[in-house]
Amino acid sequence: MGNKVDVKNRSVDPAAQQVLLYARDLGAVTAWDRHDAMQPLCGFGELGVCCHLCYMGPCRIDPFGEGAQVGICGASADLIVARNLARAVASGAAAHSDHGREVVGVLREASAGGSSGYRVVNPTRLLALAAEWGIPASGRSVNDIAGDLARAMTAEFGRQEGSLTPALRAPEGQRRRWDALGITPRGIDREIVDLLHRAHHGVESDPIALLRAAMRTALADGWGGSMIATDVQDVLFGGPTAIRSRANLGVLQERQVNLLVHGHEPALSEMLVRASRDADLLALAREAGAEGINIAGICCTANEVLMRQGMPVAGNYLHQELALLTGAVDLMVVDVQCVMPSLPTIASCHHTSVVSTSAHAHVPGAEHIEFEPHRAKDVARQIVRRAVEAFTRRDPSRVRIPRESADLVAGFTNENLPQYLGGRFRSGYRPLIDAVAAGRVRGVVAVVGCNTLKVAQDRHHLALVRRLIAEDVLVVQTGCSAIASAKAGLLRPEAALEHAGPGLREVCEAVGIPPVLHVGSCVDNSRILSVCVALVAEGGIGADISELPIAAAAPEAMSEKAIAIGLYAVASGVFTAFLPVPRVGGSRVVREYLEGTVERETGGRFLFTEDVEEAVQGILAHLDRKRTALKLAPMLHEGGVPVDAGAASRSLVDYETPRGLEGLGCGKAQARSQARAPRD
Amino acid sequence: MSKIIAAAAIRGAHACMDRAERMLADAVGRLGRDAQVGFEGTAYALPTILALTGRRVERLRDLEDAVAEAHGWIPSVPTDSTWLPYLGGTLDAGAATLVAHETVESLKPLGGIPLVSGFWLGPTPDSILREQGIKLVDGRMPGFAACVGALPDDETAEQIARDLQERNILVFMGSHTNGDTMAAQLNRRGVQMNWETFLVPYGPDTSSLVHAIGFACRAAMTFGGLKPGGLKEARDILLYNKRRVFAFALALGEVDDEKYATAAGAINFGFPVIADTDIPQILPSGICTYEHVVSNVPHKSMAARAVEVRGVKIRTVDIPIPVRHGPAFEGERVRKEDLAIEFGGKYTRAFEYLTSRPMDRIEDGLIRVVGPEIADAPEGGRLPLAIFIEVAGRKMQSEFESILERHVHSFLSEPMGVMHLGQRDSVWLRISRKARDAGFRISHLGTVLVHKLKNDFPAIVDKVQVTLFTDAADVDALYPTATAAYAYRDERMGALTDEAVDTFYSCALCQSYAPNHICIITPERLGLCGAYNWLDGKAAFEMNPHGGNQPVRKGEVVDPVLGQWKGVNDFVSTASNGAFERFSAYSMITDPMTSCGCFECIACVLPGTSGIMIVDREYPGQTPVGMTFSSLAELTGGGQQTPGFIGMGTLYVLSRQFLSGDGGLARLVWTTTKVKERLGDKLRARCSEIGHPDLYEKIADETVCTDLEPLIEHLAAVEHPALGLGEMI
Repeated sequence: MGNKVDVKNRSVDPAAQQVLLYARDLGAVTAWDRHDAMQPLCGFGELGVCCHLCYMGPCRIDPFGEGAQVGICGASADLIVARNLARAVASGAAAHSDHGREVVGVLREASAGGSSGYRVVNPTRLLALAAEWGIPASGRSVNDIAGDLARAMTAEFGRQEGSLTPALRAPEGQRRRWDALGITPRGIDREIVDLLHRAHHGVESDPIALLRAAMRTALADGWGGSMIATDVQDVLFGGPTAIRSRANLGVLQERQVNLLVHGHEPALSEMLVRASRDADLLALAREAGAEGINIAGICCTANEVLMRQGMPVAGNYLHQELALLTGAVDLMVVDVQCVMPSLPTIASCHHTSVVSTSAHAHVPGAEHIEFEPHRAKDVARQIVRRAVEAFTRRDPSRVRIPRESADLVAGFTNENLPQYLGGRFRSGYRPLIDAVAAGRVRGVVAVVGCNTLKVAQDRHHLALVRRLIAEDVLVVQTGCSAIASAKAGLLRPEAALEHAGPGLREVCEAVGIPPVLHVGSCVDNSRILSVCVALVAEGGIGADISELPIAAAAPEAMSEKAIAIGLYAVASGVFTAFLPVPRVGGSRVVREYLEGTVERETGGRFLFTEDVEEAVQGILAHLDRKRTALKLAPMLHEGGVPVDAGAASRSLVDYETPRGLEGLGCGKAQARSQARAPRD
Repeated sequence: MSKIIAAAAIRGAHACMDRAERMLADAVGRLGRDAQVGFEGTAYALPTILALTGRRVERLRDLEDAVAEAHGWIPSVPTDSTWLPYLGGTLDAGAATLVAHETVESLKPLGGIPLVSGFWLGPTPDSILREQGIKLVDGRMPGFAACVGALPDDETAEQIARDLQERNILVFMGSHTNGDTMAAQLNRRGVQMNWETFLVPYGPDTSSLVHAIGFACRAAMTFGGLKPGGLKEARDILLYNKRRVFAFALALGEVDDEKYATAAGAINFGFPVIADTDIPQILPSGICTYEHVVSNVPHKSMAARAVEVRGVKIRTVDIPIPVRHGPAFEGERVRKEDLAIEFGGKYTRAFEYLTSRPMDRIEDGLIRVVGPEIADAPEGGRLPLAIFIEVAGRKMQSEFESILERHVHSFLSEPMGVMHLGQRDSVWLRISRKARDAGFRISHLGTVLVHKLKNDFPAIVDKVQVTLFTDAADVDALYPTATAAYAYRDERMGALTDEAVDTFYSCALCQSYAPNHICIITPERLGLCGAYNWLDGKAAFEMNPHGGNQPVRKGEVVDPVLGQWKGVNDFVSTASNGAFERFSAYSMITDPMTSCGCFECIACVLPGTSGIMIVDREYPGQTPVGMTFSSLAELTGGGQQTPGFIGMGTLYVLSRQFLSGDGGLARLVWTTTKVKERLGDKLRARCSEIGHPDLYEKIADETVCTDLEPLIEHLAAVEHPALGLGEMI
């Protein structure tokens, strides 16, 4: 019995299960194996009560109350937990924000003209941003405007006072809360530095004050670095439109060069897509015996090139090793974030090359071809050539490509959703808002985040998404969570007919959308904030983000970025279910604040849980509370069954023929009817 | 499901666009790009294209540009699987279809196909739009129904039409089902179809339905004051319709691709589709207020269901008479061959007289017919008639008698099969055989009057009794009392001068769509709509102290010649939020009154003549100032003070204070024959009063000239007194 590996508990994705079995045959050590080897995980670390900030320790607090209750410096478990969390937020915010800074650099490069190959693809968005950022546009060239915008955005990172420009998009009520709490983000780098300073040994000793500062840093991520990243990418590479593609390892092509892009930033991958269409490189591939060049993505780079180019998605975070193990990948190019250092080792099972490209991220064992915007085209072509070379080394007998891949529709944004809902003339969120108000749709929930080895890959994502759409909740997704749904076919519009509750199904059928909307990568969580802003602005289901019947969930959170995202959601007024429970278990004070008290301050709060059904119930209860507070109509269906609401919710304009003198109106119909006597 | 509709609508849009492009290419080939194109009698070019694109199409080259733009709005048909979002694209395809339809309709006359033929009325001219459209805006008409196709049989067609008429809903008819049309069905039933009966057949092709849309677009531009332009302006025009015009489409019979495409266009306006067949439904709301498409609705409940889906509840007054009633039946004529009985006209004496009584002298609801009833008269016979109405009410004043009496016309016109014309002792009343056969009696005239007076004037009328005399002796006996009352009222009205009262009335009934405009009604200057005089304002205030008519104390005189008072100026300043500080009752040059959009006439200065012209809103042609009424209306309306241009009620011409600050009646050098005929002898009398007995003949009209040069020659030739007054500005 060779099947000692319990693949079903490693991933719910059949493609992953097949490759895991192949991995065992290959003798490859995967993340799952390393996770098993790491058991049992450190209990102190899990609870967040391990402190290694200074060099007197490390200290750890005894959660059972028997051993040390404070660290050497006197820090309590509450402070240690808060400090660890704060440092995670700073790191997560730094990751997103540096991504933003990087693409702003590309915009600057593009605005200079030159030979980089980058240019402004979306001048409409550029002009909208120029207006917002106070950059004069009339009579100026696109490049001049783009240059000024890039400079203004660059300055935003080092900004010291006032409010971040994109943060001014937040509804007024929320901004007042931030001001009152003193957490309006003043700059991007400044808030990260501020938080790291506070979390240094012997600085901020009040756990709550520290958490509030962490919220400010998180806001600088969501309403700053991430939002800038999304905006600039839309300017440079085009605003996404609804687009078809496929997802899962089945997108790898047996007869084509398979080049995987993995990481987060789209600057290089956009160039790779272009290079893969160059005639000379295609000819090169044909000479090498390949029928074409297939670029597919992993993780958020996949989401970026999917949203704008419709490139197929090979998989999410935990597919990065599995894709290589199929033996079909000729080259994997990586940049930043969520790139496992194990990749070169895994790649060595086959012919696969791994190429690292970011000046931030060198991977021992990988070839490093550094990406610089001004020679992006050359770098991209060089990498494609390397992939073709690698293809010639592929051993078809060792290739095992799972058949699984699902159709999907992606590419939804705050800019195009109103168009899809109302067309060019009546664009807006009204049909969605009406559907929520009338009880067809319970609310909108963002399901985002990573994969984690603590649960079977995709299990929580799919369980949560399926339960929510069955309860008439419209789901919007980003990141690896979106890819989980994509692989399971939930991003097909047909999924509305198969899985959505009756009310949501009606809306999806009316509009032609899937019940689960893919809105991008993890920096694109800012798109979800923008949608919230637009929903508030259009009015009808809440005058502030915290009044909207919406929620967020990170069901398989893994990275520090997830902590930062979760915290900026909460600070923006969003109820956020976060699982598995992050390292807060060691502090009652921190949990009580983040799961309770904070709601009075920001309007949002966390729900930390290990249990996906508890998350579902918590989210549904939250949506229903918001619906009740807004006095929205009762749901037309509960548990998929029509609710007899008696008189349907319809407020009719009471029309009565004007009486008395007003009946004469201003038109004097009388005179006319008097004027037409019959001829006889 | 909706995807079926989306696919059909997008296919239909492509088909309609192909046809429009073919016709356009053909027309360009025959006539060249500079050939003119447009509908008769409108200043809005091709109104739907104007509203949606901001393009003012005048020549075929403009039309080419518009069609090219609209073609770009049509997406591809949704795929069978993994489809992309289609709602927005379907709406866009619908908008493009409307552009295609309007193109086709506008090209028809160029290809020798008339738009008006038989009972088909073709596109609505601005003059009718202003008259009828205003009812949509001021609330007398809740909306319109665009009926698409035909019913299974003629009887059902009439039932649907009557159901809609009874709810005051304007009925537009277009397109066909299996070669038959609803209009033809009504025609076979002998139903009268015209603007007065609220039944308007546009044309037998689906493309003709765009005239209903053109009507909606112009309603927004005319009454809503919305200017066409870019996308935002188009959106505002669509939202105006969604919020204000309770219109919907009834899809009758099979719905083909082109009908779906047209419906998608209408949904952009917030007009839902109610179908009698089993087509897919679109229930979620958003573009429309409620459902977008509702299907399988039985004919019996179609009108009721349609207004409910559109979001309106229409309350009709229930009057126990055996025929249908409502303003839509007001325009129906009773022809000689349909006649059961008639009163008055030139054949017998017939009059109506309303007087007030102390409360205890009236038995409320008492209706008596003194003399022969309908059954006693021969078929098609004639009887004399005195309609004697006695009312009582705690707040009733004798001044209001004439106001209530004036309503007898509309009340007695509303029952189907009853025709009422004239007033006072010039009444002409007919009852049709159909009404009689349905059980209508002379006594039912009383039933209608009692119900309507009490329902419409609850604040001043508590009790009503009606006596209908049909015997010559009784009629003659009451007649002197009635004529004495008429004479007394006229005398009192004549004595009502601006100097004699200390209070004027404001009128803001139309403020919902002309928010910057406020009328000041004085005894000698009635409202610019022509419907309201000072006494009406007084009575309206009495009936509803919080309504659109408020008393305005004159205060001290600021300028007796221009007609300015301190109290009035203060009021205008407050009511306009400080936009206007002064208001002249007697001048169109200095601080003239603002105008909404529903003026009966426009007066404007004619440079070079020292005079002014007055054009009424039904006059479609050119005027000496070089503009049609519609173009003038754009300059005059919208609540602005435009020196040299004012809106006015026709009867203001007869006032002693008619532009007395600018030189008065002697300034009038040109008007329409319609105005001259309407004012007739009274105008002649005023001319004499001001010392120019032959002025009436000197005032030119469109039969004399419609250009400035010949007018100046004419004025010199007849020695018009205006020439001696000097230029106005």
